[in-house]
Amino acid sequence: MNYTFIALVENKPGVLNRVASLFRRRNFNIESLAVGRTEKPEISRMTVVVDCPNGDYDAHKIEANLYKLVNVIDVQDVTHQPSVTRDLALIKVMVGPEKRAEVNSLAEIFRARIVDVAADSVIVEITGTEDKIEGMIELLRPLGIVEMVRTGQVSMTRGVNDGVRRMPGVNGNRFEDLSEMAEMAP
Amino acid sequence: MKKTGAEILWECVVREGVEVVFGYPGGANMPIYDAMLSYPIHHVLVRHEQGAAHMADGYARASGKVGMALATSGPGATNLITGIATAMMDSVPVVFVTGQVAAHLIGGDAFQEVDVTGITLPITKHNYLVTRADEIAEVVREAFYIARSGRPGPVLIDICKNAQVEQCEFEYPREVKLVGYQPVDHAPKESLEHAVKLIEKAQRPVILCGHGVLMSKAEEALMNFAIKTQTPVASTLLGLGAFPASHELSLGMMGMHGEVHTNLAIQNSDLILAFGMRFDDRVTGTLKTYAPHAKKIHIEIDPSEVHKNVAVDVPLVGNLKTVITDLIPMVDEYDHDEWKKQISDWKAEGDSRSIMNWNPDGKLHVPHLVSDIWKATGGNAVVTTDVGQHQMWTAQYYALDRPNRWLTSGGAGTMGFGLPSAIGAWFANKEEEVWAVAGDGGFQMTAAELTTAVQENANVKVAIMNNSFLGMVRQWQEFFFEKRYSAVNMLSPNFVKLAEAHNVPARRVTKLEEVEEAIAWARSFKGPAVIEFVVEQEEAVYPMVPAGAALDQMLQRPLKGSGD
Repeated sequence: MNYTFIALVENKPGVLNRVASLFRRRNFNIESLAVGRTEKPEISRMTVVVDCPNGDYDAHKIEANLYKLVNVIDVQDVTHQPSVTRDLALIKVMVGPEKRAEVNSLAEIFRARIVDVAADSVIVEITGTEDKIEGMIELLRPLGIVEMVRTGQVSMTRGVNDGVRRMPGVNGNRFEDLSEMAEMAP
Repeated sequence: MKKTGAEILWECVVREGVEVVFGYPGGANMPIYDAMLSYPIHHVLVRHEQGAAHMADGYARASGKVGMALATSGPGATNLITGIATAMMDSVPVVFVTGQVAAHLIGGDAFQEVDVTGITLPITKHNYLVTRADEIAEVVREAFYIARSGRPGPVLIDICKNAQVEQCEFEYPREVKLVGYQPVDHAPKESLEHAVKLIEKAQRPVILCGHGVLMSKAEEALMNFAIKTQTPVASTLLGLGAFPASHELSLGMMGMHGEVHTNLAIQNSDLILAFGMRFDDRVTGTLKTYAPHAKKIHIEIDPSEVHKNVAVDVPLVGNLKTVITDLIPMVDEYDHDEWKKQISDWKAEGDSRSIMNWNPDGKLHVPHLVSDIWKATGGNAVVTTDVGQHQMWTAQYYALDRPNRWLTSGGAGTMGFGLPSAIGAWFANKEEEVWAVAGDGGFQMTAAELTTAVQENANVKVAIMNNSFLGMVRQWQEFFFEKRYSAVNMLSPNFVKLAEAHNVPARRVTKLEEVEEAIAWARSFKGPAVIEFVVEQEEAVYPMVPAGAALDQMLQRPLKGSGD
């Protein structure tokens, strides 16, 4: 099952490499990784989606290992939290003027936008959850997708809810929900 | 005041209390070496950078302080790698400083340029690439703090040549501020209470004492806890010495070559108290049947070690010394007499097979030699080893009563560790007598450091256990590959002549009656000495838990015969 983690890291050179290298070294499978700045210039935020075949046990392992990196400030698991999740895709479809309308109406249904029109192609921009984007891709495929790019998933919990933090005490995390670690056995 | 980057490096290093560094100069670190002359630093010139890494490691293990090693860029830095990995696997605090090509040349495949921070990323606790002089003070301060705090480990600083020569204002950073690195000290009270409940119920508890006890200097706390609760203490390979071997509660070493009663105690226990150890595969045997009846309490500073190999009932993440100290007033006194009696019955049974009971058969056996060195030194020497059979025998028979005197590459299993780590250990306390027990194979990997020992007049005695085999591999081939010996016959040089070529006095011992005298001879003068013991060739280390077997499925030494 895929788990989603939000990691706050110091905005320093090489930090992305450290995180990626850690996942490789510990044999975790990254499904998607998105990094960007935050409201604080010294902090970057990563949304990491990882395949966790052993469920919470793997999630525990991932969090614990991320904290071993000196530049990692905070990790939360938002997999089971109410949260907003988005992915952005640009999809270039080979269509001449005669089929543009078809793409246009599909785009409308998915609340996507056409952001570039050339003589024999258009670029569709779509934002949404993974499912929604996959759905649109399937419908565009018969028309002839020639190029596609995706940003990877970004997530944010709704309201004041935080994700789960499994490492009480680490980096000043509060000692809440202590049973969590004990019950994390495989 | 304005200073060069190289000067700032030494300003900070001296403030960290460093007095000795091990290293090798080269093109990319020459300004560092030039500035060093103006500071109260003793530099040990090694013969190979791997030696520098192991010496700094040995110094750190024996002194409890942070070790430091220097190397130049490119091959100088890559020669450190084995030593860095060794320190990483055993959580030893060492700061490595390597030179790097000038910042504007990075990425251009300049002469002696290697991506050192990239290469060392997975084998350091943290590392830095420094491109400007004004970064150095903060980086060095952080590096030493990170190396020694939390779960200790090696930190590497790669300093570009331009940053070494450029000048900037120097101000020593007063404190280290790392938002992402704040190791836990106390474990939460609720978890401690949970642990106490398990301790109350236990009838057959065992403490597993790991390297963490030494690292957090928790020896006294461990002793108080063990005595108050009358809990027997088994040790990992690296935990030896943290609890006195002669103490009645000491069970000695556990694991693959651990003692029979120790492993039986673990397998039959109903409560395991794991103190600063990580359930390595060499101490658990197969996990499927590991300590099946035991509840498990794990005190550990590194949360990623919790549940990693063995699922535990109560994890106590925190500084071991703090957590044990917090626990002691919360627990009651127990006697556990029945349990201790059971263990001593097992011990008597195991001891009956001990090689120490053998009558002399005219041959030299490593366990006997180790015991002879132990007797001669009163068990008070600092002992280092290489890796293999002699390492296990030394662990079994050099019974240690004091901490930080047992230096061996446990996690990484690095051959060639013995001699250089012994030299490093001697610098930790020059009044000490240091013995490096080595095999004929491992010794040859770093033998060039003999001259380093001479140059420094290090009081290091090397005992080469020469069985003309790569003994441990041979043993596995004997046990598990139908005695098909592949690439284990080891031709060695004339060790006595080799040592003498390095200006190290040396002797070869082939007869039982020469042993005592040779050891006394080596101890009779200050400075390095080499004794080559020509030992029984096809001895096996017992007991042995074959890889993948349960911890109590030990192969035991046959009752009579020459070892096979």
